Amino acid sequence: MRGIGLLFAALSALGLSVVAQATGAPKIMVNDAKVQGEGFPRVLAEYAFFQDGGAREPSDRVHAYELNTPLFSDGAEKLRYIYVPEGAKLDADGDGLLQFPVGSAIIKTFAFGEGEDQRYIETRVLLHRADGWLALPYRWNEEQTEARLALAGGRVPITTPSGEKISYRIPNKNQCKACHSVDGEVIPIGPKARNLSAEWLSEMHDSGRLDAVPEGANALPKWSDASASTDRRARAYLDVNCAHCHRPGGGASNSGLDLSWEQTDAFAIGINKPPVAAGRGAGGLLVSIEPGKPDKSILVHRMNSDEPGVAMPELGRSTIDHEAVKLMRDWIAEMGE
Amino acid sequence: MIRISFATALLASAAPALAETHTISPGEGAQERLQEALILAEPGDEIVLKAGRYTLTDGLSLDIDGVTVRGAGMDGTVLDFTTQAGSGEGLLVTSDNVTLRDFALENPKGDGIKSKGADNIVYYRVRVTWTNGPDAGNGAYAIYPVESTGVLIDGVKVTGASDAGIYVGQSNRITVRNSIAEANVAGIEIENSRNALVEHNVATRNTGGILVFDLPGLPVMGGGNVIIANNLVVSNDTPNFAPPGNIVAGVRRGTGIMVMANDSVLIEDNILHNNPTAPIMVIAYTLQYDDERYNPLPRGVVVGANNYGIGGDDPQLDGAEMLLAAFGGALPPVMWDGLGSLYTTPDTAGWSLNLTEQGKGLSGANPSPLNAPAPEAEFDRSEIGAPAELDARI
Repeated sequence: MRGIGLLFAALSALGLSVVAQATGAPKIMVNDAKVQGEGFPRVLAEYAFFQDGGAREPSDRVHAYELNTPLFSDGAEKLRYIYVPEGAKLDADGDGLLQFPVGSAIIKTFAFGEGEDQRYIETRVLLHRADGWLALPYRWNEEQTEARLALAGGRVPITTPSGEKISYRIPNKNQCKACHSVDGEVIPIGPKARNLSAEWLSEMHDSGRLDAVPEGANALPKWSDASASTDRRARAYLDVNCAHCHRPGGGASNSGLDLSWEQTDAFAIGINKPPVAAGRGAGGLLVSIEPGKPDKSILVHRMNSDEPGVAMPELGRSTIDHEAVKLMRDWIAEMGE
Repeated sequence: MIRISFATALLASAAPALAETHTISPGEGAQERLQEALILAEPGDEIVLKAGRYTLTDGLSLDIDGVTVRGAGMDGTVLDFTTQAGSGEGLLVTSDNVTLRDFALENPKGDGIKSKGADNIVYYRVRVTWTNGPDAGNGAYAIYPVESTGVLIDGVKVTGASDAGIYVGQSNRITVRNSIAEANVAGIEIENSRNALVEHNVATRNTGGILVFDLPGLPVMGGGNVIIANNLVVSNDTPNFAPPGNIVAGVRRGTGIMVMANDSVLIEDNILHNNPTAPIMVIAYTLQYDDERYNPLPRGVVVGANNYGIGGDDPQLDGAEMLLAAFGGALPPVMWDGLGSLYTTPDTAGWSLNLTEQGKGLSGANPSPLNAPAPEAEFDRSEIGAPAELDARI
């Protein structure tokens, strides 16, 4: 009992609210005032999304989730959570983005290294406040005990899973928005019903966190799943990795290129489409996608580059996703058959 | 007295709430300090960049309305992106009513300053330079406002862009004036935009001096209502160094002022000298397209009185030798492809390709001297140019 008492005292000192469960074990509640209030909390622990300072054990109503096809981030492992406050629930919106009530949060930690050697680099949070979503990046310390607000982002030397030594970029607050926006408003990107497993959605529904499991749930294949068609895998990858900007209202809307899953117009997804503002990024090639000719397709060229000004996406990666480049090559080659 | 104090109270409440000045100096941690200031600024604040060279490794961005970023002059405050490791541009602005003035960017890896969906923006005495001169490896655009209403660009200087030095795209109510565009592929380009005034600029040593384009397949089309007046467009003779695939890669070395598609463009009172392909070129979109919203023809283009020096004397055109021989050693100053509608003042010399079909490049020409009608009516200048209230910020 003394141990638990000490823990209680320590947690209270951190300003965390604790309630005793029936088992007697402490149950940490998320600090709604920090999620919904004004200002930018200076350390991640202020939100109490996790029971421990190291952010390993989620608090009450904080749920881990995974995506069928994730965003490539230099091979970082990502630990994703959503938080839905007491008395509120998510609403499904077809196969698209789940609708989060005010007071919700999405938490994503980027980690490198296996097992004992795993190190957290940064944790990004999206807070749904009354005046809209707010995106903030937090950077972990060497000791892995605290993540501090990094409004201006930063760079960290990292060795990727493929063994490349890189200068990993933690995005600044505005760069968070660069991807997370439509028509200038910040929005989540990842938790779309089509990219979430039916099991997870059912669990959320059964526990009262989600109004319904929608049609089209789990429709997006795992892009690495060889049993799915090349076309579906490629379109899934492009939807997740590119369409947050390359869609109407997105950061790259002026390019006229729309790589979202819903788009069916061949020209809009880049087939025989000349570049608009690609500059040297076009690499001397004439169209985004030339069916049957991956080597003549700007899309492959830019995904296969790690050079700023050429590489796409512009933000969020310093290395090349070689597997994905291969998938795009296969996809474009198949178009010529 | 009651009335006066009432008026004072009104004035006080109309002023921005406690606008602040945040001063940044170059040196250790400049990247983080400057970016943090750009994030934490409140509407009405001014961010002052003290003189010196700022070494930046990542793109900067501003997303707060009504902020002024002010340096100590385009030669005093230099944001140096030579070692940039990420982002598609040096500075990205996504908020409204922003003023950028008196600083420079050097060697950004992608574009220089991009402002997207940023209404009522002012660029004043800003410089963007790729210091190695014309090079296909340079970024595309130096100054790049896009999808914006209300753009004032005054007194800027742009050098080395591998696409366009000053590029305004998919925007409305635009003024570009008093600026210098040197050694870019396109000096100044107005693309898929309406109500643009381009005046009192110097365009020199570019491949093409001033371009007015309207392209298919974009979210915003229907460019037009453009005035190109009182510009010095001289010696645009740099070989095209744009990466192939981009529309400006097709611009011929030695083009002075070029209009492709668009409706209602007025070109007058410019000085054109030493533009060896064509001092003025008016053509339809040259490629095939599949976009029913798009009109590929130039319509209602008016070439008024301009001052023509030497030009058209070394054209980068098929059959140049024959053309030069036919026209007596130099092509007349106005070149038209014969598609759409062109009007010129009576004493304007020109030639027409007399094309009959759009989408076949410049082939199929049957050249002859130009015989264009005089303008039918006074050019409608209303609504052209940036909103007048932007002048108050410079």
